[in-house]
Amino acid sequence: MESSAPALHFWRKLLFLPREGTGAALPGWAKTVNWIAAFTLLALFFTFTFFQLEQGDWLWGAIWKYRSLFFIGFGVTILISIASLLASTVIGLLAALAGRSSFVFLRCLAKIYVEGVRGTPLLSQILIFFYVFAPAFHVENRYLVGVMTLSFFAGAYISEIIRAGIEGIAKSQIESARAIGLTNAQTYRFVIFPQALRQVLPSLAGQFVSLIKDSSLLSVISVNEFTKNAQQVNSITYSTLECYLVLALGYLLLTLPISLWTRWLEGRNKFDT
Amino acid sequence: MQLSVRHLSKSFGTHRVLQEISIDLPKVQGLVLIGPSGGGKSTLLRVLAGLEYPDAGCGGVVFNGRPIDYANDDALVAHRRSVGTVFQAYNLFPHLTALQNVTLPLVQVHGHSPSDADGIAMEALQRFQLEAHANKKPAELSGGQRQRVAIARAIAIKPSLLFFDEPTSALDPEMTGEVLEVIEELKDEGRDFVLVTHEMGFARRVAGEVALLAEGRIVEAAPAAQVFENPQHEVTKRFLAKILKY
Repeated sequence: MESSAPALHFWRKLLFLPREGTGAALPGWAKTVNWIAAFTLLALFFTFTFFQLEQGDWLWGAIWKYRSLFFIGFGVTILISIASLLASTVIGLLAALAGRSSFVFLRCLAKIYVEGVRGTPLLSQILIFFYVFAPAFHVENRYLVGVMTLSFFAGAYISEIIRAGIEGIAKSQIESARAIGLTNAQTYRFVIFPQALRQVLPSLAGQFVSLIKDSSLLSVISVNEFTKNAQQVNSITYSTLECYLVLALGYLLLTLPISLWTRWLEGRNKFDT
Repeated sequence: MQLSVRHLSKSFGTHRVLQEISIDLPKVQGLVLIGPSGGGKSTLLRVLAGLEYPDAGCGGVVFNGRPIDYANDDALVAHRRSVGTVFQAYNLFPHLTALQNVTLPLVQVHGHSPSDADGIAMEALQRFQLEAHANKKPAELSGGQRQRVAIARAIAIKPSLLFFDEPTSALDPEMTGEVLEVIEELKDEGRDFVLVTHEMGFARRVAGEVALLAEGRIVEAAPAAQVFENPQHEVTKRFLAKILKY
């Protein structure tokens, strides 16, 4: 019993967080060991499953041959994502403001927009935009239609995020702004937005991650983004698994930095409030 | 200041918070509102400060000969811009430094250039020994310091009148002292003010006129000495007895 106590202490220190309220932090070495252990478990699982496949069937050579298609698709996905990110933020902001407007008609529009978009599949929206709305207004560029659909879709979610951020601002802040004589617009600009931005940045970043992945659905209207090009390579080389593995890795490469950035923001905001 | 309120009522939903308030003060420097919680003092102050509207068609308020037009949003904004209001919970903007809290209304509302505003704001902060904290955010300041920054923000715009809504209710006794000193200083300077407070000793020192509100009505309104030494009304007597007991 006596000899096992120090050993037990060691394992507890390695595997568990220190008790809350003691102010102690997990030592750096323990963190490293745990990360390595988690990755090792994952690696074992992948090795176990993937090595049961017939190893001679891999067609990495074919993938390599068409690598330029992947690169182009990757680039297009980045461009589409950035454009949609900007446009959806603008749409989301306008919709959030419309939803809070004293002009009731705008409120109704905003509500219908948000619920309509959030309640229907993106796939249906893409097809309706592409086959109905875009031709009606003679918009022929499928990339433009793609960016518009994606922005319209993400804008609904972003407007809800922004609305929650605005509503999270204490009433006393708005009262204080009124007391010093700020107009409504000034109150938004100098009091509400700067404080709301801090609150919503993490959720906004999460929405951007979704947006990047959702852009893959634009493949159905033949926008030559990452997914579409991967499918194209697949149809030439019949290397389905390889193509989709590359896809997974590519999207992770785009979204991981945003997720890490979000984590960092969340950590920082904790100390600010 | 001259202040007259006539038949002023205010309801929240079906609850009538102020009932037919009337008070006529041809010349007063400090009006102090006292009374039990929920009696309507803060609501009256907020109506006078232009932050709440009285019920439509219910009386009116005249400040220094000018009636406040509650039906007109622009007129109300103009009224709020001409007065300074200090709240119980400081209500500083947490994302701005002490200095920026003071300069925001100077620049955005009163049209000062940023450098002018910095000068005016620093002067106001210096007055209350806050210059060392000018670049700190509210979260880094003590309650007393925050409230003094809020007062600096209110006086920097050279208001015609100051409103204090329970300015020390959120503070411990030591900080209460530092804030009350500042208010008394402003009173000695000859500034007009309306104050809601539970600090009876202080009320007595600074008040020109005291009004006791209970259940939405003015029970008694008279010069401070009279209310505290010779209260006429039973409610006032009971309130003062209760509050002075401890």
